[in-house]
Amino acid sequence: MPKKDEKIEYVKGGKRLDGRKVDELRPIKMEVGVLPRADGSAYIEWGQNKIIAGVMGPREALPKHTQNPYKARVSYTYRMATFSVPDRKNPRPARREIEISKVSGEALERAIFLERFPNTTIDVFVEILDSNAGTRVAALVAASLALADAGLPMRDLVSAVGVGKAGGEIILDLNKDEEDAPDAVDIPLAILPRTEEIVLLQMDGLLTKAEWAKSLKLGIEGCKQIHEMQRQALRKKFAEAEAKR
Amino acid sequence: MEDVIWNLKSDNVISLLKEGKRVDGRALDEYRPISIQKGISENADGGARAKIGDTEVASGVKLIPGTPYPDNPDKGTISTGAELLQFANPEFEVGPPREAVIELARVVDRGIRESKAIDFKTLCIREGELVWIAFIDSYVLNDDGNLFDAMALAALAALNQTKIPKLEDDKLVKHEYTGKLKMLKQPLLFTFAKIAGEVVLDPNFLEWKAMDARFTCSTADDKTLCAFQKGESGSFKASEIDECIEIAFKKGKDLRKLV
Repeated sequence: MPKKDEKIEYVKGGKRLDGRKVDELRPIKMEVGVLPRADGSAYIEWGQNKIIAGVMGPREALPKHTQNPYKARVSYTYRMATFSVPDRKNPRPARREIEISKVSGEALERAIFLERFPNTTIDVFVEILDSNAGTRVAALVAASLALADAGLPMRDLVSAVGVGKAGGEIILDLNKDEEDAPDAVDIPLAILPRTEEIVLLQMDGLLTKAEWAKSLKLGIEGCKQIHEMQRQALRKKFAEAEAKR
Repeated sequence: MEDVIWNLKSDNVISLLKEGKRVDGRALDEYRPISIQKGISENADGGARAKIGDTEVASGVKLIPGTPYPDNPDKGTISTGAELLQFANPEFEVGPPREAVIELARVVDRGIRESKAIDFKTLCIREGELVWIAFIDSYVLNDDGNLFDAMALAALAALNQTKIPKLEDDKLVKHEYTGKLKMLKQPLLFTFAKIAGEVVLDPNFLEWKAMDARFTCSTADDKTLCAFQKGESGSFKASEIDECIEIAFKKGKDLRKLV
């Protein structure tokens, strides 16, 4: 645990505080089809983060005035369990959760052929059970798997990762200690891997143009690794379903 | 339309029960398969997931220092929360049924509180000033009927794991603990549904929909009852309640080995 006012080297001899390389992800486990009553679902463990995602729909959008006769709407709900953070989180949704829900839902909208389901809503719920930096990107990765599990026609999966800066170094997938660095910059990034379109991008902190370029490159590489894991998780689910037939 | 389908499904539940059979082939006093996964969140002081069949609940415990009630200056307390996540059941489209969630949380709370499983005096930090409040928060991940028993199992498994955080100048020290929460009893809930005159243990979702009356009985151990709750518009005979209690004690022996 880094102490206050202590000068910490976040990368030393190519290794980070937790032993990872600068471009290395934390250990990740994905499982598709974990909630029997949801139309699609997925569970992800990403480092200490543990997240479950469920999709309901497309179903009739209610109340009626929220219906769009040309396409489906995506309603994304990101929530943290009270016990998912070091202090107890107030069970009421915070402004942070509402904002994350908004931008994440918008990121997914780009991936789905929404025009095939006029007047409907596609409800995506993600619940954070344990957290340690990077929950919004991990949640989005799980949500994207849940959408695919629900059988929705999609342009691509959404793959996401956190990238940023700690102690002057550009690193992939910051953990909490790195996110707490005095100069920390956190950039949640989500793309459609096939076209490399950016569908979610946020940033807090100070960054030079060169640092941003380096971060984006690292982030896209990270997303592609995530994409491969997502594909494997889906293949595993459908291979199992096939074997059961 | 939905109602018509449910009525047909209920008819099926009832006609099978008349032959002494259940829709999923279980005996009348048989639980669905039960599994417990412990340690689901490192940020929780204790946590677990419990599955009864496809019904699944995640519970986590947080110990937070707070001020005691003026009439109980030397006692900490518990606070039990329940939430039905929307992906748990497609019927929660317009938001989960509020009254049902409140009843659920309160029945689970009563089971733990009234069993005296936790000696609230051991949660006292400084009399009249500072006590531990144990927040037991449970989330329903998948609703396939009988949330009561699943939530009680998850909550108990989480409590059995719970560590007491370290305090420094009355502030929590993250991820450091001074010991374990002492559990004196192992309270659990046992829920029965009465459907067309037959009483079944652990109703699944179809049975839950078809039931006329519900009875939940909480036991603290192999011989002590600690709470009852009767629900829905139907009724039970005294002899039926007695049978339920007998079954609850019998089943409790096996369930307590899991948590």
